[in-house]
Amino acid sequence: MIRPDADTLLEIVDLQARVEDKPILKGVNLTIKAGEIHAVMGRNGSGKSTLSKVLAGHPAYTVTGGSVRYRGADLLDLEPEQRARLGLFLGFQYPVEIPGVSNLEFLRVSTNARRMEKGEEELDTFAFEDLVRERLQVVQMDPAFLERSVNEGFSGGEKKRNEILQMALLDPLVAILDETDSGLDIDALRIVAGGVNHLASPENATLLITHYQRLLDVITPDYVHVMAGGRILRTGGKELALELEDRGYDWVDQELAVLEVA
Amino acid sequence: MVAAMSNSAAVAASTWVTTFLERLPAPAGELEAVQWRGREALSRQPLPSRRQEDWRFTDLAPLTALAPVLAPSSAQVGWPEPAADVFRLWLDAPDDLLNGQSLPAGLSILSSDEVQQALGHTLAACNCEQHWPVELNQASATRVLALRVSGAVVPTLELVSQAAEDGVMRPVRVLLLLEEKASLKVLQIQLGSGCSLSSLVMEAHLGRESTLRHGLLALGEGQACFLGHLAVEQEPRSQLESVWASHGWALSRFEPRVVQVDGEATTSLKALQLADGQQLVDTHSRVEFRGPEGQLDQLHKAIADDRGRSVFNGAVRVPRAAQRTNASQLSRNLLLSNQARIDTKPELEIVADDVRCAHGATVSRLQTDELFYLQSRGLSASVAAGLLKRGFCEEVLRALPAAAAAWRPLQRMLGED
Ligand SMILES: Nc1ncnc2c1ncn2[C@@H]1O[C@H](COP(=O)(O)OP(=O)(O)OP(=O)(O)O)[C@@H](O)[C@H]1O
Ligand SMILES: [Mg+2]
Repeated sequence: MIRPDADTLLEIVDLQARVEDKPILKGVNLTIKAGEIHAVMGRNGSGKSTLSKVLAGHPAYTVTGGSVRYRGADLLDLEPEQRARLGLFLGFQYPVEIPGVSNLEFLRVSTNARRMEKGEEELDTFAFEDLVRERLQVVQMDPAFLERSVNEGFSGGEKKRNEILQMALLDPLVAILDETDSGLDIDALRIVAGGVNHLASPENATLLITHYQRLLDVITPDYVHVMAGGRILRTGGKELALELEDRGYDWVDQELAVLEVA
Repeated sequence: MVAAMSNSAAVAASTWVTTFLERLPAPAGELEAVQWRGREALSRQPLPSRRQEDWRFTDLAPLTALAPVLAPSSAQVGWPEPAADVFRLWLDAPDDLLNGQSLPAGLSILSSDEVQQALGHTLAACNCEQHWPVELNQASATRVLALRVSGAVVPTLELVSQAAEDGVMRPVRVLLLLEEKASLKVLQIQLGSGCSLSSLVMEAHLGRESTLRHGLLALGEGQACFLGHLAVEQEPRSQLESVWASHGWALSRFEPRVVQVDGEATTSLKALQLADGQQLVDTHSRVEFRGPEGQLDQLHKAIADDRGRSVFNGAVRVPRAAQRTNASQLSRNLLLSNQARIDTKPELEIVADDVRCAHGATVSRLQTDELFYLQSRGLSASVAAGLLKRGFCEEVLRALPAAAAAWRPLQRMLGED
């Protein structure tokens, strides 16, 4: 929902980043306000996941220019865990398996880290179990997954549901979901999309990275951005996604070529 | 590259043995003859030196810095109550080991004739009866816990030894004879602190179709040193599951040795060893198949941090007689600091041709992507690293006999207690 008077949550200005010596982000501009849902699309390798990881603070990426303000503060100055505690959430394209670490314990520690930051009390094991059981319903996940190691041996779709479960527990202000719809069967897609819609509110915002219109049929974006060559090349409304579906990315490549010559 | 021992170091080493022997009381009691032989051997044998292949990475300096004497113990520091299904024996008890308790059904004390016959038999079968740490134990141990196991013993036998006083040595000697089809769970707890020396020699003979589940939790502090030998002979269709975990000793050296006398037995070995500060933790294991169709499943894990040093040498012998052996050995290591060091070496001698022997060794840091995933959920870098370390340890620790839970092995191993 677009409201002119909404607070700005995230303001990315001319963001540039590289991995090792390879420049990947080459000047990303994007402003996200409370209540909004943004979709980012673009060819494989255009830099979408890199943008999400730079925002979350992955150490492999070096920011070489530009700025990111998160609710007025300099985001790039914060450690990854501080960003998370302050309400920035990244749903990973490839959630990481962590053998030997109990999913339940992990969820409890992370939920409490976020709650403490919000000035809420820490939840003990029992109170947390109640909360987690309630939130499991958002993604219709089997409680048996709580007893297993984090993501270990989870199927692709189960990992994605586990990401949305974490989002439901962490109550983020800005949620970046990197291809959370990939690898989901039709029912799971509906459940996950339902979860995202359920968690969306006028106070928070969502950035969906996706390749597919079918997700945007269920979650209606306020803005659609097209990424190419490490930049956001075009921004429009939900009809831009339909246009991409129709025309493919060739025209984007042509626009990019013009830009890179200039 | 082998550091040559200088003359003066050799002299210092032999002085250490001489002083050690001089301070021992005169041989007496049921092990008198063994003590005589052990002292004889020690006075002839030089201290292990880094010139010997088996001791190449293991400097005995933390041990020779100690001046241990045998002394009666009174300490039971930080012991939990034994759980309901645990039969606990305090191996350093000043007088009677049983202390008036009667043994659980299925366990009986061997007669002194039986001890005479059996003691040392398995050590010899495992080719380690003349190892220096074994001789050190034989020279000083004044008694042996020697048990016959018949049928299925229900409670877990918990054997605790603690060297908590500065300057003491606690030698522990155990002999277990499992009859055909017998089964037993044993949990050994070895605790050491201050300038003390804990010495363990345990022999077990597993009759046909018997089962031994063995756990050893060896937890040290400060300057304390631990030297241990476990020797097991397995008859066909017996099962051995041994899990050990060691942390905190200035020097810890453990040598589990298993012989499948006619093959056809199952051996499972799991270990976790941690070294931080300036600690050195060393495991030299050896499994030998003397007949066909034996199985081995071995997992050795280690973490080295600070200037700590971890050594693992895993020998597996599969001679011609051991056709259709199925053995696997995996060594997984976490290196957490630039000054820490890990040496891991499989040593497979395979002569039989129809066998399956898999082995692997990895040494890695904590994975950046795993750390980042946890941090991206609000966990600080140090909490995230702690969780990953716990995850790494848990795989081995949860295989300890259930009775170990009372000792909080994870918290103690990670120094969180
Ligand atoms: N750690 C890295 N090391 C080397 N190259 C990298 C690294 N991370 C990203 N890249 C490169 O940066 C480019 C952008 O990758 P990124 O993962 O951001 O693409 P994407 O838009 O998310 O693609 P997809 O749609 O396939 O998920 C790619 O060419 C990729 O190979
Ligand atoms: Mg991607």
